[in-house]
Amino acid sequence: MRKDLVWLFAGILFFGLLYLLNWGVKAISTDLLVWIGAFLTLAILSFLYQDNAFYKFAEHLFVGVSAAYWMCMGFWNTLVPNLIAKLHPPIVKGVLPAIAEKPPEYWYIIPAALGIMFLMRLSPKAPWISRWALAFIVGTTTGLNLVRYLRSDFLGQIKSTLIPVIVVENGSLSVGGSFSNIVIVVGVLCGLIYFFFSKEHKGLFGVASRVGIYILMITFGASFGYTVMARISLLVGRMRFLLGDWMGLLQ
Amino acid sequence: MNPDNPKMGFFETIANIDRRVIFLFIGFAVIIPVLLSFSCTEEATPIVQAVYDEIESLPEGSKVLISFDYGPSTVPEVQPMIDALLRHSCEKNLKMYMMALWGTGHNLISESMQDIIEKEFPHKIYGVDYVNLGYKAGNQGLINVILTDMKKMYTTDARGSEIDAVPMMVDIRNLKSFDLILSMGGGFPGIKEWVLFGGDPGNIPVAGGATAVSAPLLYPYYPRQLLGLLGGIKGAAEYESALIKGYPKFKTHSHPAIDMMGPQTVAHIVIVFFIVIGNITFFIGRKREEGEKREGGVIK
Amino acid sequence: MRRQIPVVITFIVGSVLIISVFIPHKPFGQLGENFSVYFDIIAVFAFILGAGNLLRVHGNRIYKKHKDWPYSVVTVAGFTVMMIAGLFKIGGSPGITGDLTEPGSMFEDLYMYVFTPLMATMFALLAFYVASASHRAFRAKNKEATVLLLAAFVILLGRTPFGVELTSWLPDPLSFLEIPNLASWIMSVPNMAGQRAIMVGIALGVIAMALRVILGVERTYLGADSE
Repeated sequence: MRKDLVWLFAGILFFGLLYLLNWGVKAISTDLLVWIGAFLTLAILSFLYQDNAFYKFAEHLFVGVSAAYWMCMGFWNTLVPNLIAKLHPPIVKGVLPAIAEKPPEYWYIIPAALGIMFLMRLSPKAPWISRWALAFIVGTTTGLNLVRYLRSDFLGQIKSTLIPVIVVENGSLSVGGSFSNIVIVVGVLCGLIYFFFSKEHKGLFGVASRVGIYILMITFGASFGYTVMARISLLVGRMRFLLGDWMGLLQ
Repeated sequence: MNPDNPKMGFFETIANIDRRVIFLFIGFAVIIPVLLSFSCTEEATPIVQAVYDEIESLPEGSKVLISFDYGPSTVPEVQPMIDALLRHSCEKNLKMYMMALWGTGHNLISESMQDIIEKEFPHKIYGVDYVNLGYKAGNQGLINVILTDMKKMYTTDARGSEIDAVPMMVDIRNLKSFDLILSMGGGFPGIKEWVLFGGDPGNIPVAGGATAVSAPLLYPYYPRQLLGLLGGIKGAAEYESALIKGYPKFKTHSHPAIDMMGPQTVAHIVIVFFIVIGNITFFIGRKREEGEKREGGVIK
Repeated sequence: MRRQIPVVITFIVGSVLIISVFIPHKPFGQLGENFSVYFDIIAVFAFILGAGNLLRVHGNRIYKKHKDWPYSVVTVAGFTVMMIAGLFKIGGSPGITGDLTEPGSMFEDLYMYVFTPLMATMFALLAFYVASASHRAFRAKNKEATVLLLAAFVILLGRTPFGVELTSWLPDPLSFLEIPNLASWIMSVPNMAGQRAIMVGIALGVIAMALRVILGVERTYLGADSE
């Protein structure tokens, strides 16, 4: 705990020094809420040194707050207007007067029943009832996904790969365009061959599989580069909050 | 030489450098350029320019559905895209329908409306030029419903007004009523779900902005299934630059993505530097190991 | 009944949704749309279930004075405050009839100054770890790793103005070798090819799994028999 406090004070000292260096640019925030935000930001950042009480506090707070956040969002935006107001409109007169006069739609008893069944998961005696609701969710997801994935991610991608490998632009051969299209066609084929494990990767099949590996390596390299970019952006965002909104150091 | 272990050479010290030292470098690589307001302008690449051109080509009054599919974890990347797209849409007098597949997107719609539309375009009227439809649960299930009937799920707007009492919602039947869908986010649910469950089955143009983590995964949809894509902060900075180029008056407005490209550049250089150092120490170590093995063989 | 009925429900719902794509008319079109609406509504019950489970777990920890139980108090307290602020729409106008995220409401303030910094900083932490991992693990150990490393290098540099400056001296005929151009090419050609191969593979997996689930071959989602 003592070490944690030292770390906290070091952090405060660091930002204090930064503030002094830029004295007079703008005033530090006097908004208590901004200070709470800054404290929580620093509490999470303190994990970089080591796990500590401030981090654990912030982490646990996050879990509680986010669970309640999603519950409230779902309740007011979907449950009230799309279920309660459908089953018994007058009940929402005090909160959604605009739709309180609509006629009831009793079909909505089905999702209400399934939803309550879902909550039975918490019951110590009959958690198996929740399987009915779960089965409905799984059935809907699979039914929706099957056709859509078939259309867009399977047939759609094959269609997009059937492209000319000799590209002619303004009446003459485009070397760059042709090369790119060849890489796309060969890359997709070889990538798929690499994922095909029912045949031993030998001979021509093995060569194609090797090419597939290199294409996938470039793909992963590109993804890595973009992931770094994403994470740095988030850090810049937090620093702009600390240095700007909280300390008032940014113009 | 490492004072704790005199036998450890310079390269071993570098190879075994404490992670917290690297953390400090990254911290400073971000803090210093942020403090110095080091920023860089960008040139729009074709995939970003495609989004800009699509919005530019839409006639006045076209209906654009903007889905806020992101949360605080990606705000620094996605919010600058939203700000620029809203400015562009307002400037082109497009009708903006804002909704969210993510609960967190609901708050961000309110913030964006307040910060961009209400502040910078006060003449725009809520319900006539823009509307907040808010968040609905269901992910791809929601898209599947509104593909055929928008008002089955959206019985009110986020402010509680009956949906048919909102003037710009009167002639909206389903997703096909929109001229363009913009999905901003990139996680699940996001652009992929909009393409699979909205754009492709409904034959509706979809474009969007994604976090840098998801952007590479979405390239296979471009350009046939996805008109264009803003990938990460770089994509946002490119869009801001294209907007400033097309509408120079926006130069005086905030352009957070362009501002963030400075620290982003420095941090990238620092990471590349550490990768290079890591590899140099790796090769030196491997060479030494091979040498030691050979010497060991001679002794034997 | 505990296992058969769920399998039948999955079969009916899944089949109707597939048929509704091919026959988008009554009764399948209507049923497909209604099933999607029910799905959206049940999803909210999942949030409530999650919240209930969280309270049960942390309540137990507090009750049994488990290790680190004071942190569980923080979780429950955070949950309670946020829930009260949200369910009663405290603060902001026009109160209970207005938008949940109305500026000035307690829910919006908690979102802005508690939820946002916590969530955003959690993810920002990864910037540090990605840098540290790059230094330790990103090594050109073999040909494949070298290709991965080079692609990452080109992207890292090519997506910044530094990359532009680095190779801007190249003559026009060689402009395709400029790092930003290379980065754009990598993204839209080999990266796209690789991602497409992965996407097709995943699509096949999703289709196969969906069929197995709908036909009742795959039942692991139902959990153990003992429940």
